[in-house]
Amino acid sequence: MKIARMHVLLPVDPDTVLAGVMEFQKALLEELRKRNLEEEIKVLETGSIGITGKGILMVVYPEGIYYANLKVTDIPRIVEEHFLKGRPVKDLLLGEVPARFVKKEKVGLTREQKRVVLENVGIIDPENIDDYIAAGGYEALEKVLTSMKPEDVIEEIKKSGLRGRGGAGFPTGIKWESAKKAPGDEKFVICNADEGEPGTFKDRLILEGDPHKLIEGMIIAGYAIGAEKGYIYVRGEYELSIRRLQKAIQDAYSYNILGKNILGTNVNFDLEIKKGAGAYVCGEETALIESLEGKRGQPRNKPPYPVTHGLWMKPTVVNNVETLANVPSIIKNGAEWYRTMGTEKCPGTKVFTILGHVVYPGLIEVEMGTPLRDIIFNYGGGIKDGKRFKAALVGGAAGVFLPESLLSVRMDFDNLKQYSAVLGSGAILVMNEDTCMVDMLFSIIRFFKHESCGQCTPCRIGTYELYALINKVREGEAKEEDLDKMISLSEAMFKSSFCPLGQSLVMPVKSAIENFREDFLAHLDKNYKCEKCRR
Amino acid sequence: MTREEILNKYGKSKDNLLYILHDIQDNNPRHYLTEEDLRAVANWLNLPYSYVHGVATFYSMFSLKPRGKYIIRVCESPTCHLMGSSDVIVELVKTLGIGIGETTKDELFTLELTSCIGVCGVAPAMMINEEVYGNLTPEKVKQIIEEKRRESK
Repeated sequence: MKIARMHVLLPVDPDTVLAGVMEFQKALLEELRKRNLEEEIKVLETGSIGITGKGILMVVYPEGIYYANLKVTDIPRIVEEHFLKGRPVKDLLLGEVPARFVKKEKVGLTREQKRVVLENVGIIDPENIDDYIAAGGYEALEKVLTSMKPEDVIEEIKKSGLRGRGGAGFPTGIKWESAKKAPGDEKFVICNADEGEPGTFKDRLILEGDPHKLIEGMIIAGYAIGAEKGYIYVRGEYELSIRRLQKAIQDAYSYNILGKNILGTNVNFDLEIKKGAGAYVCGEETALIESLEGKRGQPRNKPPYPVTHGLWMKPTVVNNVETLANVPSIIKNGAEWYRTMGTEKCPGTKVFTILGHVVYPGLIEVEMGTPLRDIIFNYGGGIKDGKRFKAALVGGAAGVFLPESLLSVRMDFDNLKQYSAVLGSGAILVMNEDTCMVDMLFSIIRFFKHESCGQCTPCRIGTYELYALINKVREGEAKEEDLDKMISLSEAMFKSSFCPLGQSLVMPVKSAIENFREDFLAHLDKNYKCEKCRR
Repeated sequence: MTREEILNKYGKSKDNLLYILHDIQDNNPRHYLTEEDLRAVANWLNLPYSYVHGVATFYSMFSLKPRGKYIIRVCESPTCHLMGSSDVIVELVKTLGIGIGETTKDELFTLELTSCIGVCGVAPAMMINEEVYGNLTPEKVKQIIEEKRRESK
């Protein structure tokens, strides 16, 4: 990289594209060229920086100045005032920069994020492999290929305590070890990038903002378990992710980081993207494998597990994007280092999406075990428009509604379990005092009814029955025993459904009805008015 | 690309089924798969027709009915719901004069619902073909539809 006087980071993601960032970028480059600043000021297209809903954004270094809601007509002013004269244009600034973006030493009190998985996102150009390498990328791969045996890699991952970030929290090292030990000549690594959990877009940001990190993680996984072929199963709707991944894979091939005899060793690894077609259930690993084989995405019976009988019934490791993106840092810095973050049983960091009625909706990466209150009020900026907090749906649609009294819960796999809650995908949907919990639960049940794959009866019929019951509540036709019926029905689904889709509906149903019973009881009165339920 | 060219591009391996269906649908101006398409694919991959039909109807991105020039997919996941997607859907139904899953008579618009499209920071959101629209309100949706109507004249 040439040394430039200033760096301008321009996040390009669906959010900013919709605000017209492509046109903006063209105009900015043109303006810089006109003023002969193109050598001095480098414009970098990056992935999302985690701020959403603020139009076109721009971050200017070395000062670390944030601009928001930019228009093409603002460009001459910024170039003139800021780039030439060094005076940031005050009325275009983001305003109060969310605490999570301010460096500790500068402000004192505010919090910093701990970025491991997202260390490069929003900082490097995701379409430039040299940027990734300059940022220390593929060092872990080199270390693995030149100085570690597959067993050492597995041992290091096991020691780090890394657990799957897709939701279940299964220890990654143990998964890899099982696949390595499984008999068979041909093995596979699959990256689950079928991100469909409502309120979750962390994987999209990794795919769009730092695709090489995922590729590096996958090659290391392949080396560890003895696989020479990997697949990335991406949601069909994620157009930009697919495009950036394609470019990254192509570049990795041309640098001999993928393909035969990687970096001059005798290690081979091929990587291919597979595109989904819109089915939530394909996030379940065996359904995903079925879909990869060109079938309906219906889950398989387990056991046998994919580690012994996966793709084409061969040993297969299926890992989430975020899990694999943790791998290069662990290898590079060691398990000890990784364990300095997070909790004893859940080391490392976690990427969360904070959404709904908060001041700064967006995405953060913090240590495992950070209290929920901290995430909502410090990183998310608290509740918007001076309203009061009512509930947080934690873990996605297959998550739990937590009331204010449980805000002190620490966000990791084990602590949440004490409240029958799950970390899930790391989505946190915050609701203010005006929210109707009957309406929210309705939305979740409708989602599950639509996404039930129809294979097993408890889930197929159960979601329909629950939908009928919640509609009765909405319309003022229900009795109190219908609420109990909803809970017992979802408990039956938990016990008898084939896969986690049908099993997990008990969490939102039970937590909504138990923690916010007064909302449900109010709806039983025929004369109760509720704008949200349209009655 | 014609259907035959697509089939030839992919070869006869069954795991290509989804990608073949994606490509054939993308190459149809009405964004759907015909019965003839499904039969041709079944023949090509040496699969029963029922199998191919089963796959095509399992995934929400495939349609067996002709659709409009613009496919509107409104996100109805809990985040968008919380931020007001119901009002947006009501407005779309009114403005377009069609129900969910239907296509306007002039073959311009098809209205569909979708699960989370991953742009929850700008909820409520929708997609029109590949383009994402966010921070929607009933007024904004009306404008967008009018714009699209003008564009296609």
